[in-house]
Amino acid sequence: MAGKKHHMSEKARRTLSSWVLLAPAVVLMVMFTVYPIFNSMYLGFCDAGYRNSSPQWIGMENYSQLFADPVFWKVIKNTVIFILMTVIPSMVIGFGLALILNGQFRGVRFLRAAFFHPVVMPMIAAACVWKFLYMPGNGMFASLMMSVFHINIGDVLSSPKTVLPCLALMYIWKEAGYLMIFFLSGLQNLSIDYFEAAKIDGAGFWKSLIWITLPLMGSTFLFVVMIELTNSIKLVDHVVVLTQGRPNNRSNLLMYYIYQLGYNFFQQGKAAAVTTILLIFLMILALPRFLRFDKKVHYN
Amino acid sequence: MKIANKAVIFGAFIVGAVWLIPFLWMTGTAFTEPTFKMSIIPTTPFTFRNFKEVFELVPLARYYLNTIIIVVVTFSVQFVIITLGGYALARGDFYGEKLVMGIIFMQLIIPNDVLIIPNYITIVNLSLVDTKAAIMLPFLGSAMGLFLLRQHFKTMPTALTDAARIDGASTMRIIWQIYVPNAKAAYLAFAMVSVSYHWNNFLWPLIVTNSVENRPLTVGLAVFAKSTETALVWGDICACAFAICIPLLLAFFIFQKQFINSFVSAGIK
Repeated sequence: MAGKKHHMSEKARRTLSSWVLLAPAVVLMVMFTVYPIFNSMYLGFCDAGYRNSSPQWIGMENYSQLFADPVFWKVIKNTVIFILMTVIPSMVIGFGLALILNGQFRGVRFLRAAFFHPVVMPMIAAACVWKFLYMPGNGMFASLMMSVFHINIGDVLSSPKTVLPCLALMYIWKEAGYLMIFFLSGLQNLSIDYFEAAKIDGAGFWKSLIWITLPLMGSTFLFVVMIELTNSIKLVDHVVVLTQGRPNNRSNLLMYYIYQLGYNFFQQGKAAAVTTILLIFLMILALPRFLRFDKKVHYN
Repeated sequence: MKIANKAVIFGAFIVGAVWLIPFLWMTGTAFTEPTFKMSIIPTTPFTFRNFKEVFELVPLARYYLNTIIIVVVTFSVQFVIITLGGYALARGDFYGEKLVMGIIFMQLIIPNDVLIIPNYITIVNLSLVDTKAAIMLPFLGSAMGLFLLRQHFKTMPTALTDAARIDGASTMRIIWQIYVPNAKAAYLAFAMVSVSYHWNNFLWPLIVTNSVENRPLTVGLAVFAKSTETALVWGDICACAFAICIPLLLAFFIFQKQFINSFVSAGIK
């Protein structure tokens, strides 16, 4: 009895000091993560502009307007296409590079730097440079296509057919090296015993890749898919520099649409509604990570 | 698992060279006389003219100062906040622990970058529009940093702390003299990720600032690029972009291994 009471007061004391130590972190996280999440949900039901300071409750009005707006659906479609065009290729490239650069050979350090350096470059600076590379006429892509295939590709950033692939290509260049390092670290954690055993059994490269490496790397793949999906949604700096959503919203992506609604059209209620939709998507995305949080590694 | 095939390695070098084209072209164009012919190997003579022009047209020194202030202050405040919080979380066993961990997971799942609309309203209500504080505030309570340090502090033997406590050391002394010096690797990882993130961040600073006094480099470059959109001044834009990229790129080329390890450990946590 006495022992239990002592333990309780010990925990109570600890609670006080823990909360004092955590106070700054918790206050900031509540102000800029928890509160804004609920505020977006609330503002999504409101008419909130730039100037009228008190939001007016309008129920589902923002959502019904959005769902009736072809631009909204176009943005959703663009975002899905952009995700498909970036997440899968950058993962395939990142994994392929990791397989190669996991070896020891002269120049491996240089190659890792070559593939990773776009990650430490500001997207905004990279996009300024890529804009010139994509220029019609004497831009690098245009003149390459001209001299090799004798095709005049024109202005690839203002053609509805090519604008999203162009954004995706630049994005893959920027992200593949980032994903590569997670695969590299995953590969380095694999025990070589498996591969030695496979070799003795006569399994070739492809066989051990499919039957040993890929299954063992399951958790790395899951993790990479998740960060890459989140990244490809949240980053829109390249849209600001390269296209501003043009032509005719063909390159307008969800996060840029939110920015546009809020700051160009001063419809913060509608922007909050789109944010809420995005939040729901991100929460669904996090479910697998949440469910398997305690079981970290399956094999070993 | 490795491919030691010569042909594959050769192919990797070709692709690696292609990957470097934007950087090489940017650097070449920044340091040579303007031309309208785009080539990876510069064809015009070497010059500093572009940089001179950019420094005249753009308040680059001011933007540099702003970015450095933002990056340094952000990391310093984060350092204190995540150290104290990380220690409490690693020690654990207090009422409300699950609640705090829940908030941390919330931020890990929903990055602040997507909350620009509600956070902007908060900044307006705090009358902090167009200040450096507005740029930094949403990122100061870093869930990623808290989690990283919690995990690191948890691996440290409690024997050290117990001994210090018997000697009468206060919690603060234990944190700063035992925990902090023993977590250098975690701090380095977090510092590299935090500095690169805030050096490169664009959309949020664009929204909350509108003056030369507070704009970071990235927003300054975007404003400059927009103002010269019609005139094809590759040299100037490339010089400006180069000036913004080079501090981090140089640091990366020198401390490559630490950078990559930092990004991995901060990502996986």
